[in-house]
Amino acid sequence: MKDLDSLIKRTLDQIASSSDLAALDAVRVGVLGKKGSITEQLKLLGRLPAGERRAAGAAINEAKDRIAAALDLRRAVLEGEAVGRDLAAGSIDVTLPGRGVAVGGLHPVTRTRFRIEAIFRQAGFSVAEGPEVEDDFHNFEALNIPTDHPARAMHDTFYFGDGRLLRTHTSPVQIRAMQKDGVPIRVIAPGPVYRRDSDVTHSPMFHQVEGLVIDEDISLANLKGMLAGFAEQFFEKPRGMRFRPSYFPFTEPSAEVDIQCVFCDGAGCRLCKQTGWLEILGCGMVHPNVLRACGVDPERWQGYAFGMGIERLAMLRYSVNDLRLFFENDLRFLAQFNRG
Amino acid sequence: MRVSLAWINEWVETGWDPATLCNRLTMGGIEVESIEPAAAEFTGVVVGEVLSVERHPGADKLTVCQIAGGGAQALQIVCGAPNVRAGMKAPLALEGATLPGGLVIRRAKLRGVESAGMLCSGRELGLSEDQDGLLELPVQLATGAPFREALKLDDSILTLNVTPNRGDVLSMIGVAREVAAIAGRKLTPPFVEPIAAANFARFEVRLEAPAGCPRFAGRVIKGIDPKARTPLWMSERLRRAGLRPISPIVDVTNYVMLEFGQPMHAYDLRRLSSHIEVRKARQGERLTLLDGREIGIDSDTLVIADAVGPVGLAGIMGGEKSGIAADTADVFLEVAFFTPDAIAGRARRYGMLTDASQRFERGVDPRQQERAVERATRLLMDIAGGQPGPTVLTQVETQQPKRPSVTLRPERVASLLGVQVPRSDIEDILRRLGMQVAGAGDKLGVIPPSHRFDITIEQDLIEEIGRIYGYDEIPRKDAKVPQRPQPATEKRISRERLMLLLADRGYQETITYSFVDTRTQRLLFPGREALAVANPISAELGEMRVSLWPGLVEVLRGNLRRQQDRVRLFEVGTRFEMQGGKLVESQVIAGLITGAALPEQWAAKKRASDFFDLKSDVEALFGLTGRAAVISYIAAPHECLHPGKSAAVMDGETRLGWLGQLHPETSRRLEIREPPWLFELGIDPSFQSEVPVFTDISRFPAIRRDLAVVIDEATTLDELKKAVNLAAKGLLRELNVFDVYRGTGVEPGRKSVALGLILQETSRTLTDVDADAVVAAVVALVKGDLKAAIRG
Repeated sequence: MKDLDSLIKRTLDQIASSSDLAALDAVRVGVLGKKGSITEQLKLLGRLPAGERRAAGAAINEAKDRIAAALDLRRAVLEGEAVGRDLAAGSIDVTLPGRGVAVGGLHPVTRTRFRIEAIFRQAGFSVAEGPEVEDDFHNFEALNIPTDHPARAMHDTFYFGDGRLLRTHTSPVQIRAMQKDGVPIRVIAPGPVYRRDSDVTHSPMFHQVEGLVIDEDISLANLKGMLAGFAEQFFEKPRGMRFRPSYFPFTEPSAEVDIQCVFCDGAGCRLCKQTGWLEILGCGMVHPNVLRACGVDPERWQGYAFGMGIERLAMLRYSVNDLRLFFENDLRFLAQFNRG
Repeated sequence: MRVSLAWINEWVETGWDPATLCNRLTMGGIEVESIEPAAAEFTGVVVGEVLSVERHPGADKLTVCQIAGGGAQALQIVCGAPNVRAGMKAPLALEGATLPGGLVIRRAKLRGVESAGMLCSGRELGLSEDQDGLLELPVQLATGAPFREALKLDDSILTLNVTPNRGDVLSMIGVAREVAAIAGRKLTPPFVEPIAAANFARFEVRLEAPAGCPRFAGRVIKGIDPKARTPLWMSERLRRAGLRPISPIVDVTNYVMLEFGQPMHAYDLRRLSSHIEVRKARQGERLTLLDGREIGIDSDTLVIADAVGPVGLAGIMGGEKSGIAADTADVFLEVAFFTPDAIAGRARRYGMLTDASQRFERGVDPRQQERAVERATRLLMDIAGGQPGPTVLTQVETQQPKRPSVTLRPERVASLLGVQVPRSDIEDILRRLGMQVAGAGDKLGVIPPSHRFDITIEQDLIEEIGRIYGYDEIPRKDAKVPQRPQPATEKRISRERLMLLLADRGYQETITYSFVDTRTQRLLFPGREALAVANPISAELGEMRVSLWPGLVEVLRGNLRRQQDRVRLFEVGTRFEMQGGKLVESQVIAGLITGAALPEQWAAKKRASDFFDLKSDVEALFGLTGRAAVISYIAAPHECLHPGKSAAVMDGETRLGWLGQLHPETSRRLEIREPPWLFELGIDPSFQSEVPVFTDISRFPAIRRDLAVVIDEATTLDELKKAVNLAAKGLLRELNVFDVYRGTGVEPGRKSVALGLILQETSRTLTDVDADAVVAAVVALVKGDLKAAIRG
């Protein structure tokens, strides 16, 4: 028992003098661990005569409890001190920037394209794509633009010298979609298009979204409804809109669509040339010759098509004042569209 | 096309102010691009009459004139114009007048002589380019009358954007017709009476290609005064339409073209030989045009020829030889109808766009040729005298353009427009447009007027009804269509997802042209076949890209010039590859990184980007497919890339793309200092994904064993992994490489690869014994197969 008393005393001293948690833990292991001195004594209990076993066991257990309690107490103190030291040691400069990579972003034309796609997908359109090197049939003939048609002058075309050409609009995708899937159909075709024209307001490559809806009872009134809804969602506010009669070989009737100027709300400004209106797209009811070229009976089926320039919409949406910025790919320009 | 509003108002009275009229035209389908005043701002100018002209005592080139028109008293004015003479009338700017540009006229002494105002040239009033002398006014104008009123200068000039289908609007009468139809008002066209022949002079015309020219009105006019001058009213109208006055004969033909939309041509009769014929050009025929250019003529082009050869390109431009000269007194007037098919596209092919070709290829009224001849004769005789021969109409009856009746079903009007236009409105609109409407019930027969070439089918009529009724009157309606969910596949990674992943990893998306600089592309891809553009806009955009790399490299260079030294770019687009002479278009995603691996920062060391920065982004892309583990990277040379730092990206036997360092020689030539790292991957079929299927998670703890294996430099990690996997017999759940070491303790030519093996079983807890056995098996295998040693 004397041994036990001195063990308790010694252990309590060690606990009291432990200056950190690691030292304290070493004490714990030395006494209460698998091979600790108390644990060893408990193992030896069985060798004692039966009469002594009980008292000795009680004494050892009491010693164990005392030590355990002292350990807990000391641990609480040391942990408290550690927290205190941590608090004292340290404040950091929270204004230093975080480490790691920066985030990039999508090109404003892509960003605009995805928004347009999302709006039309919600309205039940699917998205189709097609080749950029096209043949005369899909780019012109099937769209009711025969050779020598004056409208070809509006499409200055890049050729490859073998009858193939770079598509001047994404309308050939509609032809291919109708040929492949037939009607009824509700599809948009986004993508790059090419015209041989380059100046402040023209780029030899730009992007269009064309839309096509063919069903049994689709009217110009439906076209007006769809496009008005589109403009309202795209610009996130109701826009005045007007349909002006116009001409495209592949639609009849045809219209050009102006929206109330997004900069002056129609009051008249430099950007809308004081008219209060901005032209955003062309559209119309699909010409029966186009339907016939796709094997669709125009007596039974009718519908509308529209086409809009993505850069144009991006310029209006993001107040970009020069078309050429889109293709210079200046990182300082591109990074301005990384939010959102 | 430029249109004087005053000219239109002579024939149709709407009561609309100019702004309203423009808006109604625009909303009727004739877009008014701009509206501007016919004359610049000026005030205080009246019609002056020169009473006398005397030499200036102190200057040879000046005269001292007495001018009436500025009040009760004659004014003394010093004038420098060479054409000033007593009796003429000219614009008189009175004291206090303000001229265009802000010049204010004051009483002044010129070389000692008092001048009380200024006589003006056309240029000084902004009315012409002519600065040689005073603007001579018709003597009929009342002396002292306000000049702006006398010349009706308070007019508006509209610039119209006429769509290619509406050739009939390319004239003043055409615009007036539209205005009348839109406003529902009566049109009063100019009265044209036939001019009787004064002699029997005629010139033979043969129509040898009647399908292209079925109608030709001609007239000889002799004895025209070559010294006559075009009157002010006519040159004013030409000016307002954007044409420059030239000579009475030319001006009259231009005037009638503007008025009726009927192009005409005047030949110098002396220069024509025997007769003229309208025919297709013959092999090898050439012609020097009025503008001095000499062209070879294709055999599908109509020419006007005399006995010697072509004297004009029919409906496009006359020849130089037979053109009107300064002394021309006898002319032959050609007023023909050429069919659109015969003219369309020809002018463009010869690099021209003329007022005549523009009208003929869109369609000129085939019934107005005689009328135009009479109108021109009247005007020419009034201005320059002359004696007309008879008007001779040559035509081939069977080839006259037909205007068949077009069937219109009123129910189709409602169906296509989506609005019920009352039957009476339909008929009224069509009649306002000059159409004959017959029939009743559910089918109308409609015959369009001869000037409307664009009305051939029912839809054309419906558009006419729609635009006159007003597109504004058509409501916005939701379509009744079946609502079907759209495909929403999980098996294909969307392009948007791929792009956003790269964007979130610090890449900026670019969009570059699909055509690239031939030189840059050849530099990157020597010997690679590319699709050349036949008519590129410039040599810098000469051929289609065979990869997105040339574009990305150019964007990099641009940004390096703009002092951006850390660049991370990607692009998604079409690649145009020639494979065995056939074009293959494919959608690819490509990226480029260069400069520091991380943006400059305080808490991470600066380090240049390398292969493995790029590879981690490529791996992340494949991570989206769930198949990253089966994608392999094989060291392989690529013409664009550093031969020791390039890899083919493989899915089994299929190559999906490439990554590596831009070839240092290319970098050097393009003056790029830091190495750029590039990747390009096909999108289809690389980015297909399997739908995730849940598998059980082991409830038993894992054991980790670390192992440093020294192997030859030439041995790849893939080979080492394969060996480890084989030896571990399925207990290996994860294998990490946490260090690759070369240096002290490792022989030259060898490297030490530190592996972390995570071992786990799904059905029981692994013991140290199991783990030791795995490690022993691995060690034995790599020692044997890879000549490896174990370190530490």
